[in-house]
Amino acid sequence: MQLLGLYHYWVFAVLLMVGFYAVIAKPNLIKKLIGLSIFQSAVFLLYITMSKVEGGTAPIFQEGVENQIFSNPLPEVLILTAIVVGISTTALGLGIVVRIKEEYGSIEEHDIQEIDQR
Amino acid sequence: MTVLFGVFLLTLMVITALAIVRTPNLFVAVILTSIFSLLMASNFFLLDAADVALTEAAIGAGISTVLFLGALALTGDHERASTSNRLLAMSVVAVTALIVIYATFDKPRFGDPLAPVHQHVSPWYLERTPEVIDIPNVVTAVLASFRGYDTLGEVFVVFTAGIGVLFLFGARPMHKSGSPEIKTTAPDLGLRHYLIPRVVGRLLIPFILLFGLYVQFHGDYGPGGGFQAGAIVAVAVILYALLEGEAQALRVLPQRVLTGLMAAGALLYGAVGVAGMLLGGNFLDYSVLAANPITGQHIGILLIEAGVGITVTGVLLSVFHAFAARGTH
Repeated sequence: MQLLGLYHYWVFAVLLMVGFYAVIAKPNLIKKLIGLSIFQSAVFLLYITMSKVEGGTAPIFQEGVENQIFSNPLPEVLILTAIVVGISTTALGLGIVVRIKEEYGSIEEHDIQEIDQR
Repeated sequence: MTVLFGVFLLTLMVITALAIVRTPNLFVAVILTSIFSLLMASNFFLLDAADVALTEAAIGAGISTVLFLGALALTGDHERASTSNRLLAMSVVAVTALIVIYATFDKPRFGDPLAPVHQHVSPWYLERTPEVIDIPNVVTAVLASFRGYDTLGEVFVVFTAGIGVLFLFGARPMHKSGSPEIKTTAPDLGLRHYLIPRVVGRLLIPFILLFGLYVQFHGDYGPGGGFQAGAIVAVAVILYALLEGEAQALRVLPQRVLTGLMAAGALLYGAVGVAGMLLGGNFLDYSVLAANPITGQHIGILLIEAGVGITVTGVLLSVFHAFAARGTH
């Protein structure tokens, strides 16, 4: 159990950095957005990992079952809404990328900078 | 066994994420992102977060993939090789990774009931939900009632993002130079000429809609609620648009109606809050909506969840149509 917990946190760290790498090193704007959503997913994973209680179950009351152990509902609420807000902001980002493509004819960072410096 | 499965899922997730970043083909990257979301949803389920798993599966694996593909159709799906300083980026990432991993050793033991995160408000929510709100799903109770302000804010963020996309695409392109215009040969036909997708799709759409409504109205008793239901209903309409073509889908649900839905859901949510104030309670205090405070809570939660579902459906469909229509003009 202890090792699984640490493994969860390490996977969080690795996913966070994979997303971060895509954002800083990839010149393609769509790839950057994909990296950003991986980064976001990593944060979701961290929150949900922290909400888990040993021997617990999903926080839904069942009739006739007493003394259940529940996992923490609060991080789940926060992440549930964060996922929906995440897709909305991603959609807005994609909209901006499409507009950039229409105006500059490219979604590669270097091309855009070159056109701007002209 | 669960431990083994958890480790397996997490490892697969890391491999998928690495593949996403490495592949130069953006189409492949988007499909892998969908798989990544599905793995993430399974993992959430293992961690007892059924509501979150449902949301991630509907939104991450479903809608998000459709939107990315819609954008790829407009921008091209090949990524040029990186010429920037890869070594510098690598070292920044490696150093940050080491710091984050070092920090994980200070985290409380996994699943520890005594961890600080479980000490403050959460026990209160779990204890008070049966007597104050009396619905079985504590996640819905916290989302819709105890933390109704947060959710109101988030609904307005979703609404604003939808408006933002509509504004961005409201402008016509100024010049046509650069990219060759992407023309689909028969934009309005959809997949109508393909027998199997058409038959299977038509069979599926009513059931997807029914499931969406079930998730919407059963959210008090099981995993579900407005956010998930909104996404599932949007998926059903998107499937219809893919099968029968954009124009037909817009005839069934015109953009006017979708824009109306976006605003109506958010307004319904706000109106429930104001109704609480007019009846002598606080903003978003549902107890005063009926003679019995618990019935009031039930009515309030039902109404605001409906508001959330309506706004999410409206925004996701508007964004989908905005991308799809851009390709055919």
